[in-house]
Amino acid sequence: MAIKVRQPGLLTTVQDTGRFGEYALGMPPSGAMDVFSYQVGNNLVGNEDGAAGLEITYFGPELEFTEAAVVAVTGARMPPKINGEEAPLWETFSVEAGDVLSFDYLQSGARCYLAVAGGIDVPEFMHSRSTYTLIGLGGFEGRALREGDELQVGELNGKTDGLSARVGLAVASQQIPAYSKETELRVIIGLASYRLTEASMEEFLGTEWTVTTDADRVGYRYRGGEIEFVEREQPAGAGADPANVVDFGYPIGSVQIPGGVEPIVLMNDAVTGGGYATIGTVISADRDRLAQSKTNDKTRFVSVGLEEALAAREQRRRQLADIKSSLGG
Amino acid sequence: MGGGVETELPRARYSYGGDEYVFVELAEAMSLKVNFRAMAITDRLRDDGIEGVTDICPSNASYMVRIDPDVLPPDDLIQRLQQIDEEVGAVRGFELATRVVDVPVMIGDPWTHETLMRFRDRHQDPDATDLEYAARINGFDSTDSFIEALLGSPWLVTMIGFVPGLPWTYQLVPPEEQIEVPKYVRPRTYTPERAFGFGGGFAVIYSVEGAGGYQLFGLAPAPVLDVRQELKDFQDSMVFPKPGDVFKYRGVDRDEFDEVRARVEDGSFEYRIREFTFRADRALEDPHAYNEEILGVLYGD
Repeated sequence: MAIKVRQPGLLTTVQDTGRFGEYALGMPPSGAMDVFSYQVGNNLVGNEDGAAGLEITYFGPELEFTEAAVVAVTGARMPPKINGEEAPLWETFSVEAGDVLSFDYLQSGARCYLAVAGGIDVPEFMHSRSTYTLIGLGGFEGRALREGDELQVGELNGKTDGLSARVGLAVASQQIPAYSKETELRVIIGLASYRLTEASMEEFLGTEWTVTTDADRVGYRYRGGEIEFVEREQPAGAGADPANVVDFGYPIGSVQIPGGVEPIVLMNDAVTGGGYATIGTVISADRDRLAQSKTNDKTRFVSVGLEEALAAREQRRRQLADIKSSLGG
Repeated sequence: MGGGVETELPRARYSYGGDEYVFVELAEAMSLKVNFRAMAITDRLRDDGIEGVTDICPSNASYMVRIDPDVLPPDDLIQRLQQIDEEVGAVRGFELATRVVDVPVMIGDPWTHETLMRFRDRHQDPDATDLEYAARINGFDSTDSFIEALLGSPWLVTMIGFVPGLPWTYQLVPPEEQIEVPKYVRPRTYTPERAFGFGGGFAVIYSVEGAGGYQLFGLAPAPVLDVRQELKDFQDSMVFPKPGDVFKYRGVDRDEFDEVRARVEDGSFEYRIREFTFRADRALEDPHAYNEEILGVLYGD
């Protein structure tokens, strides 16, 4: 079974949960930016957790199925269409051989996920199928999809029996996230936050920031305020700029402010380290929402402690488990 | 250290990187000693094999650990790290089974020269080359004597990252001989693959083409990243450098550069590598004498 790419969309890549354990080599995890939507997609079509799907950004592709398949689209409101007829979001549906799946314009959010029963079958690279375009590895030939590509779908190995019964399964409406143009992201302040003056930390947390056009899988850049660093004689090895530190590791979700005017939140394909002062980290439960924000959306950063971050993480884990069990997973 | 080479290190700063990372800054300033500590602590943590630890990343004067907080609460990890920190102490007696590697570099090559001339408007000194500028602000009377200092003593790989396979290296010389150069005023949008760059107190080899803000001094003919793993030195990992490796940058002319390139292309290139046990005490007490010994290991046979 294959999926033919008739139009690739703006940026469509194969992703799974990501590539962990290789950070010390400088290898970021890659993987689905909005893990919540990606994971629910797999639940809808009855895939194992971690099966690869497609991440579709801003403008959707046109895909032709060579055989019948069971699929689901989750995430951003970019309504799917089968042969031009509207198909549901957050609900399992079937396609026939020769059907063409396309997408309407983006209405809210930034990325949607296509899950196909059986998973997208590409070779694993370092125990993951996620695409990492910088070095051209993982996913489909290490790059975003192009016109004419043909994606293989994994064998169902006789697990087709219950599959038709999954068609029509839907996520309960109260479980479906709404994507607003205004996002609040919870941050644990720390790392090299001692480099900011107290007034600048207040400014960082008090400003309504605007997502710039540089907002992608590497990171999100914001504008809207101005931050000052504590004056000091720069320590050995750091370099002359007050925003510089002795190069260190960057957590995924960490915030840095090169030049004091452009906060950057690093995401799944980010550089793993460097010499800019980081001042805090967006908590894991809020990265799904960050991934659904887009250029010109507004963002506020809210300071929280570890306890609240862990509680939010647990709440998200439970919600995902509830959805999975409601879908007979 | 016995000779009182360096003063006591400041207390480590422990910090949560969100709910999935613990970040530990051992010192704000770079020194060999602090890097030995980062390596010693992360080595010991790796030996612990604690469940819930997904990534252990030593860096120059700090280190970072990624965890699954559902398995290992961040505070439990921090407690263990503080214990290890005390055990490691002042790294007296720290030894590292490592390798010393001959790394050819063509200084002042035409490709990085073309690149740096293209981005003069982003540089502190648009009328000089990156080498001339770095030599001047570090008090050398000529670029030749500056290059001699760069290539004269070996370098320790103190961190891998930014992009896959990129090594940060710090020279094994006393603090007063460390070279320090600021990064570009605004980063370049292009850097050739294998460019030999310098920023802050670190020399690097860019593993892939891309943006970059380090001063450009030359180009290495041999790769540090081989994603197809065709060369012998890359059979176990697509990334060649490891933290704790000792690199000797050796200047090569255009003929040798081309020769190495040809061997990389036909798949026959191998780095000159010698195994040896690096002793931190010796590197801190009398770096120049120890460097002579290290170079003897590399080129002696």
